[in-house]
Amino acid sequence: MNQVKCECGHVNPHGTILCEACGKIIEDGTQITAEAVIDMRYEGSARRSQTYNKSMIDKIWNFFSSVKVGVWLIIVTLIASSLGTILPQEMYIPNIMPVAEYYEDQYGWFGRLYYDLGFHNLYSSWWYLLLVASIGVSLVICSLDRVIPLYRALNKQRVIRHESFLQRQRMFGTTSGSVNEKSYELAIQQLKKKRYHIREDNGNILAEKGRFSRWGPYVNHVGLIIFLIGSMLRFVPGMYIDEVLWVREGETKVIPETDGQYYLKNVDFKLEVYDKEKDNEAFGDALDKTGMVAKNYQSDVILYKTKGNTVAGEEPELEEVDSSSIRVNEPLKFEKFALYQVNYKLDELSKMSFLLTNKSTSETFGDITVNLYDPEKVYELGNGYSVQLMSYFPDFEFGDDGNPTTKSKVPNNPAFVFKMFSPEKPEGEVSFVAIQQTIEPLGDNEYKMAFNGIETKDVTGLTVRKDLTLWIIGLGGLIFMIGVVQGAYWNHRRIWIQRKGDEVWVAAHTNKNWFGLKKEIQLVLAGTEINEPSDQLKDNQVDEGETD
Amino acid sequence: MKKQRLIIRTVILLLLGAAVAYTLYANFTKDEVQKVEVGKKAPDFVLTDLNGEKHQLSDYEGEGVLLNFWATWCKPCEKEMPFLNSQYQAYKDQGVHVIAVNVGESQVAVSDFSKRYDLQFPIVLDKDTQVMTAYGVDPLPITFLIDKQGNVVEIHKGQIIAEADVTEMMEKIKP
Amino acid sequence: MITLSENLLYIAFVLYLLSIPFFGGAIKQKKNLGHQQNSSKSANIGIVISILGFAAQLGFFFTRWSIAGHAPVSNLFEFTTFFGMCLVGAFIIIYFIYKTPLLGLFTMPIALLVIAFASMFPTDISPLIPALQSDWLHIHVTTVALGEAILAVSFGAALIYLVKVIDQTKNSKSTTWLEVVMYGLIATLGFVIVVSAFSFADYKAEFNWIDKNDNEAKVEYHLPAIVGPNQGELLTAERMEPLVSVPGIINAKKLNTVIWSFGAGLILYAILRLILRKRIGAALKPLTKNINLDLVDEISYRSVLIGFPVFTLGGLVFAMIWAQIAWTRFWGWDPKEVWALITWLFYAAFLHLRLSKGWHGEKSAWLAVIGFIIIMFNLVAVNLVIAGLHSYAGS
Repeated sequence: MNQVKCECGHVNPHGTILCEACGKIIEDGTQITAEAVIDMRYEGSARRSQTYNKSMIDKIWNFFSSVKVGVWLIIVTLIASSLGTILPQEMYIPNIMPVAEYYEDQYGWFGRLYYDLGFHNLYSSWWYLLLVASIGVSLVICSLDRVIPLYRALNKQRVIRHESFLQRQRMFGTTSGSVNEKSYELAIQQLKKKRYHIREDNGNILAEKGRFSRWGPYVNHVGLIIFLIGSMLRFVPGMYIDEVLWVREGETKVIPETDGQYYLKNVDFKLEVYDKEKDNEAFGDALDKTGMVAKNYQSDVILYKTKGNTVAGEEPELEEVDSSSIRVNEPLKFEKFALYQVNYKLDELSKMSFLLTNKSTSETFGDITVNLYDPEKVYELGNGYSVQLMSYFPDFEFGDDGNPTTKSKVPNNPAFVFKMFSPEKPEGEVSFVAIQQTIEPLGDNEYKMAFNGIETKDVTGLTVRKDLTLWIIGLGGLIFMIGVVQGAYWNHRRIWIQRKGDEVWVAAHTNKNWFGLKKEIQLVLAGTEINEPSDQLKDNQVDEGETD
Repeated sequence: MKKQRLIIRTVILLLLGAAVAYTLYANFTKDEVQKVEVGKKAPDFVLTDLNGEKHQLSDYEGEGVLLNFWATWCKPCEKEMPFLNSQYQAYKDQGVHVIAVNVGESQVAVSDFSKRYDLQFPIVLDKDTQVMTAYGVDPLPITFLIDKQGNVVEIHKGQIIAEADVTEMMEKIKP
Repeated sequence: MITLSENLLYIAFVLYLLSIPFFGGAIKQKKNLGHQQNSSKSANIGIVISILGFAAQLGFFFTRWSIAGHAPVSNLFEFTTFFGMCLVGAFIIIYFIYKTPLLGLFTMPIALLVIAFASMFPTDISPLIPALQSDWLHIHVTTVALGEAILAVSFGAALIYLVKVIDQTKNSKSTTWLEVVMYGLIATLGFVIVVSAFSFADYKAEFNWIDKNDNEAKVEYHLPAIVGPNQGELLTAERMEPLVSVPGIINAKKLNTVIWSFGAGLILYAILRLILRKRIGAALKPLTKNINLDLVDEISYRSVLIGFPVFTLGGLVFAMIWAQIAWTRFWGWDPKEVWALITWLFYAAFLHLRLSKGWHGEKSAWLAVIGFIIIMFNLVAVNLVIAGLHSYAGS
């Protein structure tokens, strides 16, 4: 029962609708259309999925092999994707409060519901991934199930086709009476001029071109599958790295994920804005309306590589590898890594100066400069004057217990406990100094630390990226584009010119663009005695709107 | 013929299924991926403590090390310090050491804090966060238990709630 | 120079407008004379005017480019006018393949609407923020616009198909939905008319209001406030008090504009119905009398086939390459990216339904209409409502 033999002698696989060789309709219970034009999809070949439905495996296979299922998967994915754009995804919300609270605070009960349904992280939810994965499975199985039979059918086709095949092509026509050989030759010549590939058998002609466009869909599916494999590989440890690196001006830091091999020094960070006076005057109106517009974010950096093997924590011996500027759209690349300009913080406090001052006379006894990242313990001022730093809170606040404490290590709001030594007060006076605030916890002091200026530094925020999947993704995209163009911009056209008894039959088929095919047939048959075939789908309509 | 087809289909479906299952699994566990894994060798480092003394992890081989990453501004770190302190004293003669790595703070701030809590164990300063980066630490606090072979036995993320937990940890890495 | 550039756009707009009656005339003539050869005079004038308009808009595009120093595709006004220009360009090409003046009668008004709509947004030449300073801006944006424009031609052809094929002698779902599509186009016109009229009258009304974070803020309306902001307090004298106010999480100003547009659209639609005394679809139907259904179906389908790869290239491939360079990752689920994916998925489904399920004719035409709606949604709603990384400085 596996195979069906056609009257032309060709043996077809079970489930074939049109004989692979001669195109005769094979009647073995498969539905035959009573319509004038036969369905030429997949050349009437046996789509395997349609034929077996036995075991569980076959059932799963057949499920994914259905285009209908595939289209449903696309539609469901499409709708699911749109749901994720109603409110911003978790990765785009500011990190100011717990995520659940944020959604409720900003969007009320709807935000709460959105969060509870997991839509705040929709695109990495298990069911969304499963949907995309199902599309991938469907792509593989659909393609396998169709491309092989189609290949067989196109490869096995004979020049001479069965009458029923020719008669039921959309373009079909007959010429009765004798047709001279000149007409044949002229037609062949003109077909060749149109780049048709011609096969002859006993005075019958099959002219074909653009068959490779039939493979377009399968090529683009292969591209998509490669793309999906690339996306999947991202989850393999080591393939994909996404780290943040904050570096202050003047600071040298190890670049994460490079195994301590690479260091980066931030020489200078620049933020430039458009200037009405200096930049293109055409921007004037826009700048007046929107105010400040950023022109450039730039980190001038030096990239170092460590020499020899150093243990983490050790002062490494560094060798300059590269010195460049990182800008938006211009990442710094080294090995498989790229450093991107993504963030910045301007004017972070770096140093603070104080004058040891006598409160009553305002006389000063030298100034100290505190490095806020790494302050000294003792500052000697000479002549019996010195200042000791007892406590330091870079990001000061009062804790729950009322004692000063720090919120972070970043000097956003530095506070100090100084002990001031002077010849008059050799045992020292304690003063708590914060911005705009001085407390003298142990009674009235004679001296104070008078604020005497600050120094600031900019901090650049870089993304450290390594993505070993990029070339696979790119390859997938390229193959997809080739496949799509191949399938969309070329047409597979066939013209049959065959002698049946006294008559000459002409039939033609294209997978798309019938308008173009018709024009081509006109040109090919021009000057011959062969009649142009007519469009059987259009016979009933008044042939108006469309002449050349 | 039919059998062959069944085999081919089964193999393809299994391959596809495995790929999908792996992706789902990897997606779920992606937040838990640690740079330093349990059972693997702990990355070596050298850091200087508040007294100017150098500590290299590999020098501790043959003894257990409780490696704690912390900062003065981190409240949970602050809470677990007393437990570490008292257990350190209980175990230091049994070959278990505590090394507390302060992440990126100044000597002044750290020594002030250390004095306030009277911390006995060595506190090393990871000023340019090299060691923190090498261990992939985020967020604080995090505690690594390293056995006498220098392998990571356990990783405890977040605050240690009770002193008894520290005892348990010490027992695990006691040589 | 800026004035010259802007004048070129006005000229283009007027020429596009002028071309429409000639395309209409071509159809009328054909009815009388029966065959196209004779009718092409009017159509020829129409296409020549269209080409002149297109040339004028190209002039606008390149003069503006030279003034700004970057291709004028960097804000909503510039991108949308460029999209309109591509639509005209795509129509001109398709016209020379298929020689159907009727397509001009349907696509030129759509292009006009698109350009008029664009002009409602700030037209200042704006400097490029760092993320946009890349050659990929030109490559990505122009390819996307071209792809979307070709897909929009498929909408034009589909509309002709539907107008012709839908039976207007009785009420049906199809007649209703066709009217909804017509109403959508008219509402866009309503938006343009209302915004232009009040802008001409220099209408401004300022409100104090309380935003969603309980902060006081100021907002200036350019249309009378039907919908006022949360706890809004009218500051400008002799202006309309809002009829209702909405909670702080809703952008009252935008909602107000939407209500005005749909309201004006409704009035326009009602007036048209009163004048025509039949459905808009029914009124347009005679125009399509002589068109061959298979031909418009094929134009619609081929436009999708041609536009789909172009859109994929611009909207996904080039987009991903640029995103990798500028934003460190080729894909980040930004709303605009997601909607580009949705558009792509939709047309992929369209092609599968057509190729494998045999959805030709009317079904295919409806799909082309939905596709265009998705594109417009991505252009308009995603920029103005769902703000993400792509949000241009629209008002």
